[in-house]
Amino acid sequence: MTVQSYVDAYSAFTRDHGRNPAWLLPVRRAAIERFRERGFPTTHDEDWHFTSVAPIAGAEFAPMAGGGDVDLADLDALSFGQTGWTQLVFVNGRYTPELSSAGTLPRGVEVRSLAAALRDDVPLVRERLGSLAALGHDAFVALNTALFVDGAFVHIPANAIVEYPIHLLFVTDAGAASGVSHPRNLIVTGRNAQATIVESYAAVGDPVYFTNPVTEVAVAENAHITHLRMQRESERAFHVGTTQAHQARHSRYTSFSFATGGALSRMNIYTALAEPGAEVTLNGLYMADGSQHLDHQTRIEHIAPNCTSHEVYKGVLDGAAHAVFNGKVYVHPEAQKTDGKQTNNNLLLSPDAHVDTKPQLEIFADDVKCTHGATVGQLDEVALFYLRSRGLALEEAKTLLTYAFAADVVQRIDDLTVRAGLEALARERFVGPMPASVG
Amino acid sequence: MSTAIENLVNRDYQYGFVTDVEADTLPRGLSEETVRQISAKKREPAFLLEWRLRAYRRWLTMKEPHWSNVTYPAIDYQSASYYSAPKSAKTLGSLDEVDPELLRTYERLGISLTEQKRISGVAVDAIFDSVSVGTTMKTELAKLGIIFCSFGEAVQEHPELVQKYLGSVVPYSDNFFAALNAAVFSDGSFCYVPKGVQCPMELSTYFRINSADTGQFERTLIIADEGASVSYLEGCTAPRRDTNQLHAAVVELVALDHASIKYSTVQNWYAGDSEGKGGIYNFVTKRGKAAGVRSKISWTQVETGSAITWKYPSVILQGDHSTGEFYSVAVVNNRQQADTGTKMIHMGRDTKSTIISKGISAGRGNNSYRGQVKVLRKAEGARNYTQCDSMLIGNQCGAHTFPYIEVGNNSSVVEHEASTSKIGEDQIFYCKQRGLSAEHAISLIVSGFCKEVFQNLPMEFALEAQQLLGITLEGSVG
Repeated sequence: MTVQSYVDAYSAFTRDHGRNPAWLLPVRRAAIERFRERGFPTTHDEDWHFTSVAPIAGAEFAPMAGGGDVDLADLDALSFGQTGWTQLVFVNGRYTPELSSAGTLPRGVEVRSLAAALRDDVPLVRERLGSLAALGHDAFVALNTALFVDGAFVHIPANAIVEYPIHLLFVTDAGAASGVSHPRNLIVTGRNAQATIVESYAAVGDPVYFTNPVTEVAVAENAHITHLRMQRESERAFHVGTTQAHQARHSRYTSFSFATGGALSRMNIYTALAEPGAEVTLNGLYMADGSQHLDHQTRIEHIAPNCTSHEVYKGVLDGAAHAVFNGKVYVHPEAQKTDGKQTNNNLLLSPDAHVDTKPQLEIFADDVKCTHGATVGQLDEVALFYLRSRGLALEEAKTLLTYAFAADVVQRIDDLTVRAGLEALARERFVGPMPASVG
Repeated sequence: MSTAIENLVNRDYQYGFVTDVEADTLPRGLSEETVRQISAKKREPAFLLEWRLRAYRRWLTMKEPHWSNVTYPAIDYQSASYYSAPKSAKTLGSLDEVDPELLRTYERLGISLTEQKRISGVAVDAIFDSVSVGTTMKTELAKLGIIFCSFGEAVQEHPELVQKYLGSVVPYSDNFFAALNAAVFSDGSFCYVPKGVQCPMELSTYFRINSADTGQFERTLIIADEGASVSYLEGCTAPRRDTNQLHAAVVELVALDHASIKYSTVQNWYAGDSEGKGGIYNFVTKRGKAAGVRSKISWTQVETGSAITWKYPSVILQGDHSTGEFYSVAVVNNRQQADTGTKMIHMGRDTKSTIISKGISAGRGNNSYRGQVKVLRKAEGARNYTQCDSMLIGNQCGAHTFPYIEVGNNSSVVEHEASTSKIGEDQIFYCKQRGLSAEHAISLIVSGFCKEVFQNLPMEFALEAQQLLGITLEGSVG
């Protein structure tokens, strides 16, 4: 059992990190206790029915020590070719200022390392950290809470409008092989604030490691946060990430999850529509091949009336890849006039690809409009025939249709730079170069 | 919305009476001895006793499952009686030997066996508590070679068929309640339709729990041999009692090459009172095996009764080109809970399944659709279409959807759609200004909502189902 090794790591960690503010220690202690009680989930847990974390639970991962051999050239491919953005770079779990860059930000906007914010004991961090991603019964959130070292703290004060995306880039290199990091991010906004945040997980080289991030996002009244999550870990890596958003009155939270890396990965994207008029969009695209296992779980909690949720997740699977999608929508008894729509479409390109999808509605209010749909299929024969009749080779036609399937959801991203970057990524990663005959 | 319907609130469960017949009831409790006694009372061959005992021993090692979306107090399996038979039930050669009190009961239920026999052309097997009290139309069916009788009779007269197919679809080890049923089932219906025979009439079973403190554990086995077809309907009622009674039945269907079985259920067990006191726990395992090429199994269910309904009539699509269908209307009112749906397991090539589920929640009821569509690697060209719609009436009820879609090859197409809505005031207003009462309007809207399912019921039962639905929902809008 490696549960014990994490508990040991915790003891060593709390001994060495006296810098932690005092208020955090009991929180960490409760978290490690929770983790020790529950251990890793098994496939008997309904939430992990289709994903076995045995490869993670059975392996020994040592806490990453930071450092690493990453230079600016390595980052080029990971930062959308942008130099003007504010970009925080974390190498092997630690903030690396020499690789990071500060763009122009409106006055009062804070984008800094969480470890530094904790050192300064920023009141906002004390107030909000851990308040959104409750320990609940999630072992991985508990583990992160007990052991996180660094991550980003982003504060967009009231009325601030940030023009360019803020990029939080987590890179792991070969030096951290067999290591584990638990990045922890906290994003807090004031009223009417607007910003786009890109959270990326990537690797240099092809090491085996485990990333266990948790991101908390508090979206204040009338604020609008666009949150893009890019999971491009090494194909031998393990990744279990949780994002928990909390939305106030008339706020908007627009999330996009792009996941394509990892041998075994799980993305939890959760939001709570806590006050009337809030609106959420959860979109995503996952692409996997080989023997990758890729699992998304989303949860939208309609707590207050008059809230709206839209969700579109698409998946493209080749080789013997296995994808899981579990979308939950809960409508609480008070959440009248809820409008919820959820869609999950999967494209299977190979006879060995496998998908398990479970859209799930739990509704306790009567005056609601909720729908969900899920499909699993392959490329449309008629569309293929049409393209071939227009002179495209079979492979070209397939490429084009696969790309069109994925592009449909990518086009829902507002930021043009990110959208173009993702389109290119989707092509390179999976679909292959676009045929020359297509503009 | 109108209060007119409130006047009809809590119209009594009209089947809630108790029939006073002397019953031969085993003392409460469950042990290996109980199993042996049941088997002995039914003079069963050794293979069946062995099978029951294996099931019982297996049951002892199993844990009661709790994954469903229903809550209920713990069941004490030792406090129920596992066998209850009307005393007069010796061997029933014909209906004339049946206790007249029993026959009157069935008349009150609206199924007069004698009448049915003559007029409706529907063959009825009636199960009173645990024992079959009469099968009508038997001789007519026998002419075609169709065996339609009580399970007990089948064990005596056709043990080879029973031995061959019993447990072949739902093995005793399948789940907790199936194991319990296998150990203590006392009767049920058996039907075998031989090669190439199209059963000319609807076959029907009526289940009735009468005694207090008994569980009902019947077992139904239907086999359609090559090219045969049969349509089968079951109905259920129970007296109104303050305690909960367990109903853990098992239904197994086997369809061989080119055979088709249509199985319809109108379930109206006593649902408990408006505060949720009493009522039947309906924990049933129903499964069909479309074993043969181009075979077809179709489930239609109208679930209006029971305090708790927990069942998933399923189809194993084993034969190439086989078809599975599931049409369901589940209604919950007051404090009823339902967790129901289906499983479609696609194993053969070009197999097809359709799922249409309509859930209606009213009062403080909770209705869950839970369905699994599983396409195995070898099930090339499999096709599934699922639609599940929920309707909520009032803001204290709940509607939940838990679909599990597991696709293991890339030549299959699986679609799932679900929606949730309420009866709009404007819809009711429209109907009212056309001269319909609010009550009529709701009944009209609900019937429309359920139309796709009702049209799959045999005609005479479609009417009954529609009425039942109206009764269950009475008083839910106010």
